[in-house]
Amino acid sequence: MKLDGKVPAGSLSEKWTNYRSTVPLVAPNNKRRIDIIVVGTGLAGASAAATLGELGYNVKVFTFHDSPRRAHSIAAQGGINAAKNYQNDGDSVYRLFYDTIKGGDYRSRESNVHRLAEVSVNIIDQAVAQGVPFAREYGGLLANRSFGGVQVSRTFYARGQTGQQLLLGAYQSLSRQISLGNVEMYNRHEMLDVVIVDGKARGIITRNLLNGKIERHAAHAVVLGTGGYGNVFYLSTNAMNCNVTAAWRATKRGAFMANPCFTQIHPTCIPVSGDYQSKLTLMSESLRNDGRVWVPKKMEDVQAIREGRLKPTDLTEEERDYYLERRYPAFGNLVPRDVASRAAKQVCDEGRGVNQNSLAVYLDFNDAIMRYGRSEAHTRGMHNPDEGTVRQLGEKVVEAKYGNLFEMYEKIKGQNPYKTPMMIYPAVHYTMGGLWVDYNLETNIPGLFAIGEANFSDHGANRLGASALMQGLADGYFVLPYTIGQFLAGEIRTGPIDPDQEPFAEAENNVKGQIDRLLSIDGSQSPESIHRRLGRIMWDYCGMARNAEGLKSARQMIRELREEFWNDLYVAGTNEEYNPELEKAYRVADFLELGELMVVDALDRNESCGGHFREEYQSEEGEALRNDEDYAYVSAWEYKGWDEEPELHKEELVFENVELKTRSYK
Amino acid sequence: MKLRLKIWREGGEFPKGQFQTYQMDDVNPDMSFLEMLDVLNERLVAEKKRPIAFEHDCREGICGTCSMVINGYPHGPMQGTTACQLHMRHFKDGETITIEPFRAKAFPVLRDLVVDRSSFDRIIESGGYVAVNTGQAQDANAIPVRKEAADEAFNAATCIGCGACVAACPNASAMLFVSAKVSHLAMLPQGKPEAKRRAQAMVAQMDKEGFGNCSNITACEAECPKEISVENIARMNREYFSSVLGSETNA
Ligand SMILES: Cc1cc2nc3c(=O)[nH]c(=O)nc-3n(C[C@H](O)[C@H](O)[C@H](O)COP(=O)(O)OP(=O)(O)OC[C@H]3O[C@@H](n4cnc5c(N)ncnc54)[C@H](O)[C@@H]3O)c2cc1C
Ligand code: SF4
Ligand code: FES
Repeated sequence: MKLDGKVPAGSLSEKWTNYRSTVPLVAPNNKRRIDIIVVGTGLAGASAAATLGELGYNVKVFTFHDSPRRAHSIAAQGGINAAKNYQNDGDSVYRLFYDTIKGGDYRSRESNVHRLAEVSVNIIDQAVAQGVPFAREYGGLLANRSFGGVQVSRTFYARGQTGQQLLLGAYQSLSRQISLGNVEMYNRHEMLDVVIVDGKARGIITRNLLNGKIERHAAHAVVLGTGGYGNVFYLSTNAMNCNVTAAWRATKRGAFMANPCFTQIHPTCIPVSGDYQSKLTLMSESLRNDGRVWVPKKMEDVQAIREGRLKPTDLTEEERDYYLERRYPAFGNLVPRDVASRAAKQVCDEGRGVNQNSLAVYLDFNDAIMRYGRSEAHTRGMHNPDEGTVRQLGEKVVEAKYGNLFEMYEKIKGQNPYKTPMMIYPAVHYTMGGLWVDYNLETNIPGLFAIGEANFSDHGANRLGASALMQGLADGYFVLPYTIGQFLAGEIRTGPIDPDQEPFAEAENNVKGQIDRLLSIDGSQSPESIHRRLGRIMWDYCGMARNAEGLKSARQMIRELREEFWNDLYVAGTNEEYNPELEKAYRVADFLELGELMVVDALDRNESCGGHFREEYQSEEGEALRNDEDYAYVSAWEYKGWDEEPELHKEELVFENVELKTRSYK
Repeated sequence: MKLRLKIWREGGEFPKGQFQTYQMDDVNPDMSFLEMLDVLNERLVAEKKRPIAFEHDCREGICGTCSMVINGYPHGPMQGTTACQLHMRHFKDGETITIEPFRAKAFPVLRDLVVDRSSFDRIIESGGYVAVNTGQAQDANAIPVRKEAADEAFNAATCIGCGACVAACPNASAMLFVSAKVSHLAMLPQGKPEAKRRAQAMVAQMDKEGFGNCSNITACEAECPKEISVENIARMNREYFSSVLGSETNA
C-alpha cells in the first residue's frame, strides 16, 4: 500500500495558508448534525474537544482519569516553544522549523513541521487570553528561557509547572463547553476498541472503570489524543497510568503504527534507587540553562566519592570533566537530549558514574548561583560583598527560577541541591513514534485521527525540549479542528451512526472476551511483575543503545514473556467493580505486543538517528551515523495478526527545503 | 524499618467499611509512601487477596490524584507535600500508621481510599474559566501584566485540585479551592471582566454540591500541599461578597 501524506501543493511557507483557504468547510447548521468522539483530555485532547465544541459540533470526550485535569500533560515542567521572537534574538518561524527538523535528525515531514512552527505563535496568544500565568519580566512582558538544541530563547514557561498551567487553561475551556452543553464528558471511561464500519472509524467501545460496564459510543469521526507509550519500559518519567492501549487497539484494527522504536531518553532524571521503584522523576531540561554536567576525571576520585571519603564539592575545577562542554563547545550543556543522554551513558559505561552502580552524573549549579549572586549584589549597589552574601543572593535567584524542582529533588533524595550537585541519569521520557497520520492528522483509517504524543508526526527521531506541549496544543487548537472538516464535509448527509449495527456488537464481544480470558487464567503472577520484566528487556536491548544481536534475542524474550503472561497471570477481583488490577492487566497485554513491534522496527532501521542508536552504526568518536540513502523514510507498520509478521509500509521523506546534513552540535 | 499499617477498607469484602491491619517488615526509608503501598499490594496479590485501592498517577505532586489521610493529616504530616512525595524516612521504625480516605459529604468514598471528587469539576464548569474562544486572542504581549500580579496569579493557579483542603476542614468547605481559582483569574487583566460573576457562580455551585461554609479555621491552608494561602479567601470575600452581597450578576 502506498502511503500518501496528502501534503498540499505550493511552497513550504504557503501550504498551510492555501490549505486553510481551500479546505471544505462544514456549515454551522450541519455541524450540529455531526458527532465527534475525542479520546483523551491531555493538552491535545482537551484543546481539540474545546475547540470542536466552540465550532458547534457535538462532542463526546473520554478519559480514564477521574477528571480531565489529571491527564499526564499536567506534569510537564519546563516550557513551551513559540517563534514569537520577543527577545529579538534572531528567531523566526523558519528557524523553529529548521531547528525541529534538524533536532529530529531529518526523520520528520517538512510540511507538518513548518505548520507547527507557524501556529506556535497563536498558542501563546490563546493561552494568555485564557489566563495562563506565564512568567513575566518586570516590564510586564512575557519572559523566555532556552532549551536544548537551539541557540535562541523561545521557550515560554510558568515556573516549573508549564504543563499544569497550559492544561488547566485547556481544561477550563473544555469545562466551559461542557457547561454550555456542547461537549459531553465521560470521566473514568477507558476506550478498549475502535469500531470500523464500512472502512470508516464510527465509534468506540469503553469500559466504565467504576462498575466495569462495557458501552458502545457512536460518532461520525474518532480522534485519539491518548498520549505516548513510554511506560512500555515500566520505569519512565511518564505518569503511572500512561499506556498504549488506545493506540494499540487502533493498530489492531488496521491503523499503522509509525516509527515505534523512536523513543526519547531524557538526560536529566533522578537515578534509580531501588527495585521497589515504580517510576522515575524528571528534572526539567531547563535546568541545563544553568546547571553544568560533569563527572570526575580520575577513577580514584570516583571511588572516593562512592565510598563517601570525598564530596563532589571537594573536587577542583581541574579534577572535573565537564564532558558536554568539552565535546560540544558550540552547544555545551544545551545539546539535544539524545546527544546528552548518550554522552552520560558513555562516561558511566567507562565506570565514571558517581553512584554505587555507576549510573549517575552530576548536574552542578554552583557557578550559576555565584554568577547570579554577583550580578544581584551589583544591582543592589553592594561593592565587594563576601562570598556568603553572594551565595545567598544567588540561591534566591535560582530558587525563583527552579524552586519547585529543587524542592522535588530534595524530597526524593534527601539532599539539598543548592549545596551539593544533583545526581542525574537518563530515563525514558517520550515517544516520538505513534499512529501514522497524514497532513490532516488522519490515520490510514478514514475518520480516525490522532493528535498529540499519540501520533508520530512532528519530531522525527528526537524531540526538542518544550516542543511536545507546542505540538499537542497546535494539533488541538489550530490544526485538527480545521483538517477534520476535510473528512466531515463528506458526512453531512450520513445521519446519526447506529450503535446497534454488527461491527459494534463484534467489537463489544471482542472486548468482553479479552476481559473474561484475563480473569480466567488464574495463574500466579501479577500484571505488575510481568510489566516490570518487560520493561527490563526493553531498557536493556531497545533502550539508549541497540544492536542487531540484542534486538533479536529481545524479540524472543518478549514472546516468551507474553506466553507466560497468558498462561500464568493472576488478576484479582472481577470485571464488575472498580478494579485497577484488571486495568493494569489489559494494558500490560498491549505493551507486550507493542514491545515486540518496537524491537522489529529497531531491527529494520540499520542506521543510527536521533534517539535510535544502533551500536553498529557510529563514528569513531561515538557519534550517530545516519543513512539517508536507505532510511530517509517513515516506517509504518501494519498489524497482521497474533504471531504474524507485521508488514512494513514506507513513507519516503522528501526534503525540498532543508539540506540533509550530519547533525553537529560541536 | 518495621511498620504497622491500619488501613481503611471499604467495598467488596468490607461492605460497611472498616480498618484492617497489615504488618510491614522490610520498609526501605528511601521508598515513597505510595511505593510502600505498592509493595504491600504486590504481597496481597501474591496471597490472592484484593489489593488496597488508592488513586495516584504522576507521583510528582502535580496531578492531584493521590488523596489519603495519613495519621490524621490529608497527604500526611509533612507540610507542603502530597502523599506521593512523602518518603518513609520521615516515619519511625516500629510506628503504627493510620491511612484513611478523604472524608467529606461532597466526596463520597468509592472504594477503600478512593473518593469521588467530580464535584470539583462541576465547580469549575460553573464559571472557573475565561470565556474566550480559540482564535479570538490578540498578541500575547499586547497587554503587559505587572510581574507581581502575574506571580500572585501563578501562586493561586498552582492548586492541584486534590481536595485536601476539604478533607482538612471541619466544615468540609471548598473555599480554598474556589478562592484559588477566583483569585488566579481575577488578578489577570484577561480574567477581570468576569470576576464577580465567576465568584458568585462558583460559590453557588460549591453550596449546591454540599460543601460546608467557611468559618475561618484555616486548617485548609495548613494541609494544602501547594501551600495555597487563605489570603485568597479573604480577597474573594472582600472583593466580591462583602459589598455586593450577591446582587451583582452581570459584572
Ligand atoms: C515529566 C514530564 C515533563 C515534561 N515536560 C515537558 C515540557 O516541559 N515541555 C514539553 O513540551 N513537553 C514536556 N513533556 C512531554 C509532554 O508533557 C507530553 O508529550 C504531552 O503532554 C502529551 O500530551 P497529550 O495530550 O498528547 O497526552 P496526555 O497528556 O498523556 O493525555 C492522554 C489522555 O488520554 C487519556 N487516555 C489515554 N488512553 C485512554 C483510553 N484508552 N481511554 C480513555 N482515555 C485514554 C488519558 O486519560 C489522558 O487524558 C514532559 C513529559 C513528562 C513525562
Ligand atoms: S487548595 Fe490546596 S488542598 Fe485545596 S485542592 Fe487546591 S491544592 Fe489541594
Ligand atoms: S500522584 Fe499526582 S499528585 Fe500525587
